[in-house]
Amino acid sequence: MSLLQVEDLAIHFGGVKAVDGVSFSVEQGEVFAIIGPNGAGKSTIFNLISRVYPPTRGTIRFDGRDITGLKAHDIAGLGIARTFQNIELFDHSTVLDNLLMGRHTHRGTNFVQDILFLPKVRQEEREHRRRVEQVIELLELEAYRKKMIAGLPYGVRKVVEIGRALAIGPKLILLDEPASGLSVEETRDVAFWIEDMRRDMGLTVLMVEHDMSLVNQVSDRVLAMANGQPLALGSPAEVQAHPDVQAAYLGTGAAA
Amino acid sequence: MELLQLMIGGLANGCIYGLVALGFVMIYKASEGVNFAQGDMMMLGAFIALGFGNTDQMGLPFGVAVLLAMVLMFGIGWGVERVVVRQIFGQPQFALVILTIALGFVFRFVAGSIWGYTPLVLETPFAGQNLRSGGIVISLADLVTIGVTLVLTLALWAFFAFTRIGLAAQAASQNQMAAYIVGVPVMRVNSLIWGLSGAVATVAGVLYATRGAIDPNIGLLGIKAFAAAVIGGLGSLPGALLGGLIIGVVEPVAGRYAPGELAKMSPYIIMLIVLVTRPGGLFSQIQMKKV
Repeated sequence: MSLLQVEDLAIHFGGVKAVDGVSFSVEQGEVFAIIGPNGAGKSTIFNLISRVYPPTRGTIRFDGRDITGLKAHDIAGLGIARTFQNIELFDHSTVLDNLLMGRHTHRGTNFVQDILFLPKVRQEEREHRRRVEQVIELLELEAYRKKMIAGLPYGVRKVVEIGRALAIGPKLILLDEPASGLSVEETRDVAFWIEDMRRDMGLTVLMVEHDMSLVNQVSDRVLAMANGQPLALGSPAEVQAHPDVQAAYLGTGAAA
Repeated sequence: MELLQLMIGGLANGCIYGLVALGFVMIYKASEGVNFAQGDMMMLGAFIALGFGNTDQMGLPFGVAVLLAMVLMFGIGWGVERVVVRQIFGQPQFALVILTIALGFVFRFVAGSIWGYTPLVLETPFAGQNLRSGGIVISLADLVTIGVTLVLTLALWAFFAFTRIGLAAQAASQNQMAAYIVGVPVMRVNSLIWGLSGAVATVAGVLYATRGAIDPNIGLLGIKAFAAAVIGGLGSLPGALLGGLIIGVVEPVAGRYAPGELAKMSPYIIMLIVLVTRPGGLFSQIQMKKV
C-alpha cells in the first residue's frame, strides 16, 4: 500500500480553483516531485497535506489512515514533516533550539518532571540532543549551532529548515522548493541530502521544485500540474516530453 | 536612612508593577499583542479574592480564598481567549488593543456592580504588622510582596525556559506556522497563556490589596505596568520585573527629592529614555537585521 494517497483533492478559494481534482500516491521510499508553472497549485497541495487548509473535496490518506480531518498540529506526530517556500523558522532562537523544537512531539515528560529536571527528563533530553546532533552533522551545521536564525544567510536558514524537518523524525518529508534561491553548490548539497534521506534514513520525499536539474537527478516520479489540475505523471523524462507539459511551460511544442 | 526606607517601599510597589508587567509580556508572547485589560484583570482578581475571603463575604481562609481566586481568574483569562480574542485571530495587532481596552471597561463595570465603587479593604493575615531594624520600618506586607514576586517570576521563567508546554508557547509566539508544523497546538497554548496571565494578575491584585484599599479603578495602574514592560523589552519576563522595580523605586524617590509633579511623570520619562536609547528595551530579544 502507498504511504501517501491523495484522491480527488480540491480546494476552492471563492471562485478560484487552486487545486481541482488531483490524485496521486507516493510509495514508501520514493522521491516524488511535483512541478508546474507558478500558480499551478503545488504549494497548496502541501498546505492541504499538512492541514493548513481544509480541502473543499477529496481525501488524503497517510500510512493507511485518513488524515483529511486532522489539525495542523497533529501532522508532526504522525510522521510528516515539511519545509516552506518562504522559510518558517523561530527567528529569535538559535539553530540548535530550532532543531530541538522539532523534537516537540517526542517529548513525553510532563511539566512537573520538566521543572524538576528529573532523571527521566535528562535521559530524554540526551536522546533529543543525540538525534539533533546527527542532523547537524549530516547537514554540516556545526558552525552555526549557537547562532540566532535572524542573523544567518538565506542558504543556511534554508538548510536549518530541512534540519528541523529531519529532527521531527518523519516517515514522509515535504520539501517546498528546497533549491530556490540557492547557489549551484548549495543545490548540489541538497541533492546529496535527498539521496541520503532516501537511502540511509529510509524516508519518503515529496517535493515541489522548479529546478529541473535537481528534479531529474533525484526524483523517481514526477507529477506535472497547471492551473490546479494534473497534466502528466511518470518518470522525469516522460513528463518533460509530454506535449501538455511543454505547452503549459512554453505555450508551444518546443523541447524543454 | 530615609532614602533606604523610601526604596524598600518602592521595591514592593515595583514588584506589583512587575507582576502586572509579567502579564503583559506573557500575552505579548502568546498573542503578539498588548492586553490593555491586564490592570483590570489584576483588579478583578483582587476583588474575587476579597469576595472569597473577607468575613462579611464568604469568609474562607485567606490562602484558600487566594487560591480559588487564582483558579477562577485562570478560567476567566482562558475563557476570554477562547470566546473573544480568538475571533480576531489574524487581524492587525491594533484590533487586540481596542478589544482589550473594551474588556477592561467590562471588567470594571462587573466589579463595580458586584462590589460597588467605595474602596474596600482585603483582610489579610499580615495587615499592619511591621518589622523594625536599625531605624527602618519594613511592613510584613512589603516583605511578602517582594518574596512572592521573586518566587513567581522564577517559576514563570522556569516554566517558559524548560517545560514542554512553556517552550511550545515561546515557539508559537515566534512563528505560529512553524509551531504548528512541529506539532504545537497553537490555539490551545494561547488559551493556556491567557489563563496563566489571569492567575498572575490575581496574585498582583492580592499583593496590591495588602497595601491599601481597592476600588474598581485600581486597574489604571496597568498603564504604569505597561511602561515597565516596555522598559524591560516587551518579550522578556526578567525585563518586565526589572522595569517594574525601576519604576517602583524611582517614583517615591522622585516624589521626595524632585520638584513638583515630576514623580508622576517619572515612569513615562524613563520609558521614553529607554525607547530612545535602547528601542528594544533593556532585555531586548530582537537583534538588528543584517542587511
